[in-house]
Amino acid sequence: MTLFLLSVMVFLGGQVLPGNVGRAILGPFADQRAVDALNHSLGVDRPLLVQYGSWIWNFLHGDMGTSYIFRAPVAPFVIDALGNSMKLALVAFVLVVPIGILGGVIAALNLNRPLDRIISLGGLSVTVLPEFVTGIILILIFGVWLRWLPIAAAWPKGAGVFTQLYYLILPSLPLFLVLFGYIARMARSGMIEALDSDYTRTAVLKGLPWRTVIWRHVLRNALLPTITVIATQTGYLIGGLVVIETLFRYQGIGSLIFTAARGKDFPMLEAGILTIGIVYAVATLIADFLYSVLNPRIRLGAEQ
Amino acid sequence: MSATDTPANLPTPDAATQRSPWGEVLHSLLRSGTFLTGLGIVLFWIVCALFGEHFVPYDPLADDIINALAPPSAEHWFGTDQIGRDVFSRVIVGSRDILTVAPLATILATIAGTALGLVIGYFRGIVDDIVSRILEAFMAIPVVIIALLAIVALGTSKITVIVVIGLSFAPIIARTVRSAVLAERELDYVAAAKLRHEGALHTMFVEILPNVIPPILVETTVRLGYAIFAVATLSFMGFGIQPPSPDWGLSISSNYGMIGGGFWWTVLFDALAISSLVIGVNLVADGVHGAFND
Repeated sequence: MTLFLLSVMVFLGGQVLPGNVGRAILGPFADQRAVDALNHSLGVDRPLLVQYGSWIWNFLHGDMGTSYIFRAPVAPFVIDALGNSMKLALVAFVLVVPIGILGGVIAALNLNRPLDRIISLGGLSVTVLPEFVTGIILILIFGVWLRWLPIAAAWPKGAGVFTQLYYLILPSLPLFLVLFGYIARMARSGMIEALDSDYTRTAVLKGLPWRTVIWRHVLRNALLPTITVIATQTGYLIGGLVVIETLFRYQGIGSLIFTAARGKDFPMLEAGILTIGIVYAVATLIADFLYSVLNPRIRLGAEQ
Repeated sequence: MSATDTPANLPTPDAATQRSPWGEVLHSLLRSGTFLTGLGIVLFWIVCALFGEHFVPYDPLADDIINALAPPSAEHWFGTDQIGRDVFSRVIVGSRDILTVAPLATILATIAGTALGLVIGYFRGIVDDIVSRILEAFMAIPVVIIALLAIVALGTSKITVIVVIGLSFAPIIARTVRSAVLAERELDYVAAAKLRHEGALHTMFVEILPNVIPPILVETTVRLGYAIFAVATLSFMGFGIQPPSPDWGLSISSNYGMIGGGFWWTVLFDALAISSLVIGVNLVADGVHGAFND
């Protein structure tokens, strides 16, 4: 549903663009016949519904169209960029999921003590700040004053995994900060609820060691809602990628969309956004799956 | 909810000490340190937006090429940017555009979202099913992406930014209003209105609306924080507020290319200004939320 809506919006967005594609490419002094011929060969003179149908049909068959600017198929650009973005998102995720959950758990176990206050308030403050603001401040601290990390995420060609990681730390930190607050807050409230429940009291009263109670009874129940939050955050993560990749001049899907939007390169823009929609849908699907695997109530219900 | 039925539950039902529900909320707001701190920060920037240009030492738009990129000094407290404009003056006056655009977008989102939420919550059934699915799908798309598309198609202007952010936040407010309305519509006063043969519009806007104001207020203050986030981000991307405005996001985007050269003062103060405003609004939102839910 989201995908369908997104594709219609992207398509219509592409249609409202300042009119004439052929004129835009060839410039104001080109011959009208040449403009018409180009429009015809690009297929932009057909009825809207036909254009939409053929665009979706081709997309599903792996043909994402031809870039107006590069005069080359869009697909390789999008796939390259998606790969780069995945790297960046992966670094951010690998950092934020364990640390965010750990932060939330520690906060809940120290409920209303100073440590909880620090984690909750700190998490809240960094979460509400725009990524480019935290990005700029981090660049100033680690890139300009301390000179520990490179300020642009452009590694030398053929660099190894560790060199690439070294370049990716700084760009992934703002994404980390935005997500940290959400994940920690969900983990914290899930923990508080689970710690307060009857089954936890039963487990304590039957004499299980505290460690076992936490690991086997509390954590499993507490982290379920957190998984859902992590999946919904992929949407925000993608929005953040557009900003971060622009800030760090990183060749990912976000900066591809940004560049395409500025250059009014609609096939590129449409393909990029639709790809993001698909990634989002897949992430939601994986989260649903994980949720049912981890939640016995749903798993056993389905087997019956 | 709590705000509307507190008078009946007060420990001292003595008429003299009894406060109205809104008085109760105001009272707990004024005792909330979070709220007051946030309010202080926000008021500071509002004063800067309204009167800043009268007390800043330099014209925020006047260039002075000879003194370009001067580091902070007694003369230029925050230094000067690449064409010699005084950074301190620009940061102070830079609050104006974001504090116009973001609140207007939030008001638009609140009006559209409230109307939509009232309608789908009141009628339920197939209208609710269809509209709710569309809203859910809409909410899954990152605001930045919606904004990019709309602004590329419609062109950049303050009005476009307001409409885009307003409309992309409306579904979230509609969802909040809808769930509040679902609880209200089962209550006796709604049934009484129906028995009196009041029209649907009257029941929605005159009977139900006043009772769902608290959740709407809370959601609106939270959205204001996100609207500032969104406006700043769009300006940074070049799709929001346009030059020559001294807007913070815009200043950062035109100066961050040179921070590798160590010109930190051209971006740091704008970044801190955005941070303080966003955190201030969120503190206010937190306080409002607390006051209605105690």
